[in-house]
Amino acid sequence: MTEQTHQIRLHVNGVEHEAAVPARRLLSDALRHDLGLTGTHVGCEHGVCGACTVLVDGQPMRSCLMFAVSAAGHEITTVEGLARPDGELGPVQQAFRECHGLQCGFCTPGFLTTITAGIAENPDPTEDEARDMVAGNLCRCTGYQNIVKAVCRAAELARSGEDGAA
Amino acid sequence: MTTKMMGAKVQRVEDDRLVRGTGRYVDDVAPDALHAAVLRSPHAHARIVSIDVDAVLDIDGVHAVWTHEDLEGAMADPLPLLIPHPTLTHGRTQYALAKDEVNYVGEAIALVVAEDRYVAEDALAQIVVEYELLPAVVGIEAARSAANLVHDDVPGNVAARMEQSNGDAAAAIAAAPHTLSLDLKIERSACMPMEGRGTVARWDPDQNRLQVWTSTQTSTGVRAAVAAKLGLDLGQVDVITPDVGGGFGVKIVHPWPEELLVPLAAQRLGRAVKFTEDRREHFISSAHERAQEHHVEVGFDDEGRVLGLDVRFWHDHGAYTPYGLIVPIITSTQLLGPYKPGAYHVQFDSLYTNTVIVTPYRGAGRPQGCFVMERTMDAIAAELGLDRADVRAANFIQPDEFPYDQGLIFQDGRELKYDSGDYPAMLDKIKELVDWDHFEDFRSAKAAEGKRVGLGLACYVEGTGVGPYEGAHVHIETSGKVKVATGLTSQGQGHQTAFAQIVADELGVRFEDVEITTGDTRRMPYAVGTFASRAAVMSGSAIHLAAKRAKEKALRIAADALEADVDDLEIVDGVVSVKGTDSSIPLGTIAVLSNPLRYAFDEASKAATQFNVGDPTKPPVAEDDEPGLEGKDFYSPPRSTFASGMHAVIVETDVETAEIRILKYAVVHDCGHLINPMIVEGQIHGGVAQGVGGALYERMAYDESGQLLNASFMDFLMPYVTEVPTSIEIDHLETPSPLNPLGIKGAGEAGVIPGSAAFAAAIEDAERLPITAMPISPSELFALRLAHAPHAEESK
Repeated sequence: MTEQTHQIRLHVNGVEHEAAVPARRLLSDALRHDLGLTGTHVGCEHGVCGACTVLVDGQPMRSCLMFAVSAAGHEITTVEGLARPDGELGPVQQAFRECHGLQCGFCTPGFLTTITAGIAENPDPTEDEARDMVAGNLCRCTGYQNIVKAVCRAAELARSGEDGAA
Repeated sequence: MTTKMMGAKVQRVEDDRLVRGTGRYVDDVAPDALHAAVLRSPHAHARIVSIDVDAVLDIDGVHAVWTHEDLEGAMADPLPLLIPHPTLTHGRTQYALAKDEVNYVGEAIALVVAEDRYVAEDALAQIVVEYELLPAVVGIEAARSAANLVHDDVPGNVAARMEQSNGDAAAAIAAAPHTLSLDLKIERSACMPMEGRGTVARWDPDQNRLQVWTSTQTSTGVRAAVAAKLGLDLGQVDVITPDVGGGFGVKIVHPWPEELLVPLAAQRLGRAVKFTEDRREHFISSAHERAQEHHVEVGFDDEGRVLGLDVRFWHDHGAYTPYGLIVPIITSTQLLGPYKPGAYHVQFDSLYTNTVIVTPYRGAGRPQGCFVMERTMDAIAAELGLDRADVRAANFIQPDEFPYDQGLIFQDGRELKYDSGDYPAMLDKIKELVDWDHFEDFRSAKAAEGKRVGLGLACYVEGTGVGPYEGAHVHIETSGKVKVATGLTSQGQGHQTAFAQIVADELGVRFEDVEITTGDTRRMPYAVGTFASRAAVMSGSAIHLAAKRAKEKALRIAADALEADVDDLEIVDGVVSVKGTDSSIPLGTIAVLSNPLRYAFDEASKAATQFNVGDPTKPPVAEDDEPGLEGKDFYSPPRSTFASGMHAVIVETDVETAEIRILKYAVVHDCGHLINPMIVEGQIHGGVAQGVGGALYERMAYDESGQLLNASFMDFLMPYVTEVPTSIEIDHLETPSPLNPLGIKGAGEAGVIPGSAAFAAAIEDAERLPITAMPISPSELFALRLAHAPHAEESK
């Protein structure tokens, strides 16, 4: 028996992709294996670790808990879409480098997307608010202190970026 | 003058790729691969009566299904027992696919290869296995009682009984003015890297070669295992370790069944095949660690000096012993920490249970050893009414006593001989960091607010940089860029950065011009692996030595070209010059000159062609020379280096809920000279988080039948940002190791070792009741309160 597939259009990082996927295909697998956007990582496949977090219409979502077919028609941003248009690192990416906010880098894309949405909502977080922002993501390497620092630094860079653009 | 890179907080070169999402982890390679899935035993102990796979091949998209019957030759034999030991009298290993019997929930039974993982999992569900259930042995108590056996031919469930001693501990204890007995227990936990295991293999019939990508801590280990099991020459197998999403020990090789089955499938099917473990599989089929029970007898004098120490312990190694006795040997030796007991005797039993195998998890047996020794120190202090730090100080090895021989044999078969350290200075630093001397004031102030606080201290020594060796190859290109390869792997430690710092310093080149490759057997086929905090010591030293060789050659050629004496030359920013003159030549040009050419491929290579260089009366390449500007060397230490550290933690235990809050965490750390303080600090942060997990949260909840009840991130608790200290006070002490050219010691595991010991001490100090088992949850602490105050409850 051949599995029925659905032809869908996925808008990812401003680019439209076509894919034929079974109804049960997870968005995380579609991004990684159908579209080749392997920056989104799967750490638990049950929605707890946050490694697979992508932005769906700007909101952080666990792509391992979402079917690819249900993402059709929405604007998806993955870690590959966080760099600035000129290719330079975006503020959250830059902050993670500066603050040593990553070690193995596997959970990092989920943190980067989560924080991107977080500082869009709260551009000037206190340290406690920064901690809250990443409290749903697991990292096994860093011990988190530098990730919290990176959140504050990213917010600072994003704010100065806005100022600088003026 | 080039800035010295060693000791500088250099930002990591790895990070640009990783934050852009362009890293390559094993599941990211070979998008065209077929996907493998493994049928795993649902029972902890059972005989396999029959396996029916008939329904599977009818499923559209399935390419193959194999059980043990389909394996041939060495693949059909048990997996290797990787580290044999004379006392491991009853070692047992599993088969790549189970033969006749399964011994833990999760043991591999059949392999399906299909178009994608979804179809492969559909197919697994169609395999019918008939089992005859056998009684499961779960936990140390059940294993010791031996009412049931894991393996019929292993009496008492004992795989090994090992003992070591230095002096007559029993006599020393009998003669001591004071004695104590303690029973101490640590539960099972697991590494849980965010990326699970994974393997991709591709067979190239044109070259008769196998290429394997695997998420491992040892590419050369996987290569040797695959070659041995598939009947291939080493030269036919390339193993490449791409970016690895954390290891912490679990990605050490034994090898895993999938690391052999995936290459076999690729060879048989002529297609690339990929296995990517899911999280539930990781819980039930990748290794755990930590579970041990210990009985301590100690004799001591009025100052708290240990005169005799006798430790008997039982180690739960799970269903098989592929990695030998490494974990309990480490506990039995490293529990001595920075102390010198008058006499010491240790004996352990390594026991079979019907649970997942045990191999080293970050710290590897040391957290248990540290817990045992530090609980003993606290008990002695309590018994004598002495300050806990003073009792430790009374037992320290003194700075003028190094090298200090503990009179035991370590995990690497070498003497347990400490190379360097300064424990009294370290104690002063940690006391200052945590404000030890004023803690009673803090306690009183908190008590006035109705709050209960406690302070704990734990000291450890960590044998790091175990041999046998690592190697490195340094190649200076004609562009002046330097390509360096070392065989061990990287799983997030920042090797590309730290090793480039070492090369930049030794060669006098710009840090940005150095590129490091790790874990690729094509580039460096001789290597051991990344575990036991050995990468910086072993590969760092080898890279330093290889760079030195490349530099020697560069200077020799430059001296000829510049008509100068080698001793008058220096290299700065990749340019060799005669000191104090304008005479200079770039390293890239020296690389051109190092390779006599017939053809001018580009402008630069014209300089090295036959009518331009050399003495026509001599061969272009001298008899004792070779073309190219390269250096290769190996580093092999006489024995391990011994890093050390002390952690102190202040906790508040909630008077009503028994919740345990971390108020302060302090670390003093000595890993010799620091290559990159930023990276070392990151390693400490991560280690402390895992120590917090081990002390307060992580445990493997097996039921009596051997089912793991918490095999998901919903149920197995690891620290989030909300569970770790908001800041960690860190101070360093640098006692350089005399055993390697850089004076360094390993730093990877230190942070996790004293976690359970320090928290147990702090909770005990807050609660004034003995803490003898870790981890400890609020409900367990609450129960302990009730158990220790029954009369108080009755009198209410």
